[in-house]
Amino acid sequence: MKSLADLEAIRQKTFNKVNLRNESKDDTRIVVGMATCGIAAGARPVMQAFVEEINKRNLSDVYVSQTGCVGLCKYEPIVEVYAAGKEKVTYIKVSPEKVAKIVSEHIVNGKVVDEYTIGAVEK
Amino acid sequence: MKELSLNILDIAENSIAANASLVSICVTQDSHENLLSIVIADDGKGMDADFLKMVTDPFSTTRKTRKVGMGISLLKLIAEQSNGNLEIISEVGKGTTVKATFQYDHIDRPPLGSVEQTISVLVSCNLNVDFIYEHIFNDKRFKFDTREIKKILKETPMNNPDVILWVQEYIKEGIANITS
Repeated sequence: MKSLADLEAIRQKTFNKVNLRNESKDDTRIVVGMATCGIAAGARPVMQAFVEEINKRNLSDVYVSQTGCVGLCKYEPIVEVYAAGKEKVTYIKVSPEKVAKIVSEHIVNGKVVDEYTIGAVEK
Repeated sequence: MKELSLNILDIAENSIAANASLVSICVTQDSHENLLSIVIADDGKGMDADFLKMVTDPFSTTRKTRKVGMGISLLKLIAEQSNGNLEIISEVGKGTTVKATFQYDHIDRPPLGSVEQTISVLVSCNLNVDFIYEHIFNDKRFKFDTREIKKILKETPMNNPDVILWVQEYIKEGIANITS
């Protein structure tokens, strides 16, 4: 059973982590389109998969966030990755199955998964 | 949309877009009345009477309000298909309340689905907004309030993965406790 007391333990754990980190400039933001089009196309399970993957790998400088409709509804679920000092990468038609590869290759190792990007489809 | 919880997420996003600082979501399951109701209330900027009239029509909205039009009309359609209805009360400067009702055992009523994922998306992506989630099952009640959570977490943000997964488990267990 989860209780409010668990939160104190989580707080303690993150407090130690935050103290180990110097800056937050290196943060990576993973942004999922969460408008009607995105939600209907399956954005919520995609976001869930990112949260679970980040938690599993204990990545402390990676955050998942949301945005509205970016006007490319036919490509939803759309995920944008903003890494410090790098150009934005847009992944399209993302499914929970694709998330593990995006996290391991791109987020962890810095190698963009080209085949899932909008560039691969728009050619 | 396959689950009502996805519609809840969609409608609550409208509250965020309306600059709400507190969004209350209440799901009521009443087995005596054979009724399921979903109420999403915010303290956002609200809508004037003219806009309120056209908000359920997906084709009368402008591009600027497109998202509002689609989401509300989808939920209205699902409610009416399930022998229920959709009601919106709104006042400029005060906020908006959307209430959808469904015949609980109607064959066309979609399942509620993963409410815990919906709430966790909302709380982790909108750190400056507070959320209340209430689930009522006949005479039993479960309540989740981010203001209480934030008091305990202090500087730890709600988008911390440990916190997100805790929120999901807490809500899931809370609902299971009152419905089983």
